Amino acid sequence: MKYLYLLFSGLKRKKLRTGLTILSIMVAFLLFGYLSAIRQAFDAGVEVAGADRLIVRHKVSIIQLLPQSYEAKMERIEGVDNAVHSTWFGGIYQEPKNFFAQMPMVPEELFDIYPEFIISDEHKAAWLETRSGALVGRGLADRFGWKLGDRIPINATIWGKKDGGRTWEFDLVAIYDGAEKGTDTSQFFFRYDFFDETRAGGTGQVGWYTVRVSDPDKAAEVAAAIDAEFANSAFETKAEPEGAFIQGFANQIGNIGFIIMTIMSAVFFTILLVAGNTMAYTVRERTNELAVLKAIGFTDSGVLGLVLGESLALTFVGGASGLGLAWLLVSMGDPTNGSFPVFYLPTTNILIGFVLIVAMAFVVGIIPALQAQKLQIADALRR
Amino acid sequence: MFNWISQVFAVTQFSMRSLPQRKGSSAAALLGIAGVVAVMVGVLSIAQGVLKTMQSSVGDTNAIVLRSGADSEMMSGLGGDDTRIISEAPGIAQIETGALASPELYVIINLPMRSTGTDANVPLRGVQANAMIVRDSFELVEGRLFEWGLNEVIVGTGAQQQFAGLEIGSSIEVGQEKWPVVGVFEADGGLSESEIWVDAAVLQPAYRRGNSYQAVYVKLDSRDAFDDFKDALTSDPRLNVKPMRESEYYDSQSTIVYNMITGLGTIIAVIMGLGAVFGALNTMYTAVSSRTREIATLRALGFRSGPVVISVVSESLLLAFVGGLMGAGLAWLAFDGYRAATLNWASFSAITFAFDVNVKLLAQGIIFAMVIGLIGGLFPAIRAARQPVAQALRGL
Repeated sequence: MKYLYLLFSGLKRKKLRTGLTILSIMVAFLLFGYLSAIRQAFDAGVEVAGADRLIVRHKVSIIQLLPQSYEAKMERIEGVDNAVHSTWFGGIYQEPKNFFAQMPMVPEELFDIYPEFIISDEHKAAWLETRSGALVGRGLADRFGWKLGDRIPINATIWGKKDGGRTWEFDLVAIYDGAEKGTDTSQFFFRYDFFDETRAGGTGQVGWYTVRVSDPDKAAEVAAAIDAEFANSAFETKAEPEGAFIQGFANQIGNIGFIIMTIMSAVFFTILLVAGNTMAYTVRERTNELAVLKAIGFTDSGVLGLVLGESLALTFVGGASGLGLAWLLVSMGDPTNGSFPVFYLPTTNILIGFVLIVAMAFVVGIIPALQAQKLQIADALRR
Repeated sequence: MFNWISQVFAVTQFSMRSLPQRKGSSAAALLGIAGVVAVMVGVLSIAQGVLKTMQSSVGDTNAIVLRSGADSEMMSGLGGDDTRIISEAPGIAQIETGALASPELYVIINLPMRSTGTDANVPLRGVQANAMIVRDSFELVEGRLFEWGLNEVIVGTGAQQQFAGLEIGSSIEVGQEKWPVVGVFEADGGLSESEIWVDAAVLQPAYRRGNSYQAVYVKLDSRDAFDDFKDALTSDPRLNVKPMRESEYYDSQSTIVYNMITGLGTIIAVIMGLGAVFGALNTMYTAVSSRTREIATLRALGFRSGPVVISVVSESLLLAFVGGLMGAGLAWLAFDGYRAATLNWASFSAITFAFDVNVKLLAQGIIFAMVIGLIGGLFPAIRAARQPVAQALRGL
């Protein structure tokens, strides 16, 4: 108790300085939290990727199509549970900045391949019945304020219609929620049968396949078997685990992880300087007081603990409020206005944040604390 | 008035001379500001680099024609007849072989990135001879041009640096075929340097495109010829196309990437800047409080509070300026010219670029540092000037 009291009187000694130091530490952890969420947004797909799912695309590039007949051929390969195809529609809703993914899929198969989508029975029934129906994620529906029954016009950039038009209209009949925090609810699905009949070209061709394997441990072998099946055909394939596919895509955007690590290092280095300097000052200014404490019987390690405790209190208050603020800011929505599939502060990063708080307290406090520990009473009092 | 100014000089000189006594806290503030400026300039130089790549490929009198409704070459599609009609439009510059119009195909091919080994969507462009004339800056720097009609390719320097297997002598796999790399080209740092080029007639069957193209690049007689050119094409009932100036097209292509990086960079810089302001305030408050007696003595001698305020603020500004200079310099040394690749969302294909730390960014960084210094110095300065002299002299 007496230590706690001393600790707080130490912090209260220069309220302004303490306050400013706490604020600068807060800023560091606010950035840490916010950047963690951004990194998560880029990495999200990799984490939630199903270990039992493969992505199969055209070997030369993803823009080349594969025949729809591959589905039956793949399902005959041993170890393949189900093969489902999707195609990139690439349409524009109102204006290009309202970007989101639209994909035609076979309606029944969608739930089989994405067990992480939660959807009510009524919505499911409506989706299975309505030819021009659309199934959208909760996040996407909220973003544009869509309600069930809305008619959503999408301008095609790639897929013209048979009648020469380029505006496709879909009826919103179902909304899905994500089973996990990281589930992508920014997608827009519509029916493949409707798509195939309406599009002007490319009939019977699809973009890529998502394949569910029966044993995730044999995923690599199944992938090799799929590629071998179609080798030397007019449409060769490249099969890879969903996680690797998404990671590869994220890598194309850039080494986000590295950039964020660099920024964070710069931030923490800066804050360490500021906070470390403050702690050094506090101890230097109080040389006399600390010597008095020792003179009246406080042990060397007691004084060491006192200074370290002060440092921990500073970083803890600053760090925890910074993380809290980051959490608040992140839950207010993402900075790209909906282009990130997910945007949240992962629990792991909050934990890492608290580890960093303790580490920082130690680094900042240890040198002044050692100085305080080594103080010779007589020398210090004479100063 | 003269007296006032000489007071300012005297007090400022005084505080500068005592700077070395406070080197610990001054260095902390200085390095803190340097860190903030380095990060800000570094992040924003990515956006500048992308922008520079997009803009340096722009020809002043060039235009591009896409299918209407398409917002990038990737999405566009034009039949062989369409391209012929387009090349007959008024306003296009003429050379011996005819109109300077270049119908081109634009697809992607998956090649591994050197940095990660994972696949990237590398742009593969099918061209005719005019492509190299329409782009003024095109220059073959190594090897030779591909033979027309043969499965050979030339690669841009950016693509060669960022993606594996594009050295002269190696070859890229397109389906069952191997297409050897026979040359390397530059285009003044422009977008084309991220691409691989091949004869359009070779690319069409390989990607099952029949006799179709995706875009027509043209060189016009003059800048003003664009309006006539555009009117002729948009009013032609046989066509359904969207002509754009090249500058307009690349602006729209770079908007997403540029805004995203700049927006994120600015948010980060502002938050970090806030942290640096707190650090600077701390330093200056400490500086002022350690000089309480000194300042009070000066004021007792008849120095007025104005010069005292200015001396504290200028000390803070000096620290900020040096910090800003260091940060900007560090960013320039570390990042300028650093080559990387990213994904151009608009065309779904890779673009290679160099981080661009330009004078504008450096100036921005130093100005940002000065703002931090001004805020960090002003409040402590006012406090110093307001302290009652008698109390401060009795002090501490």
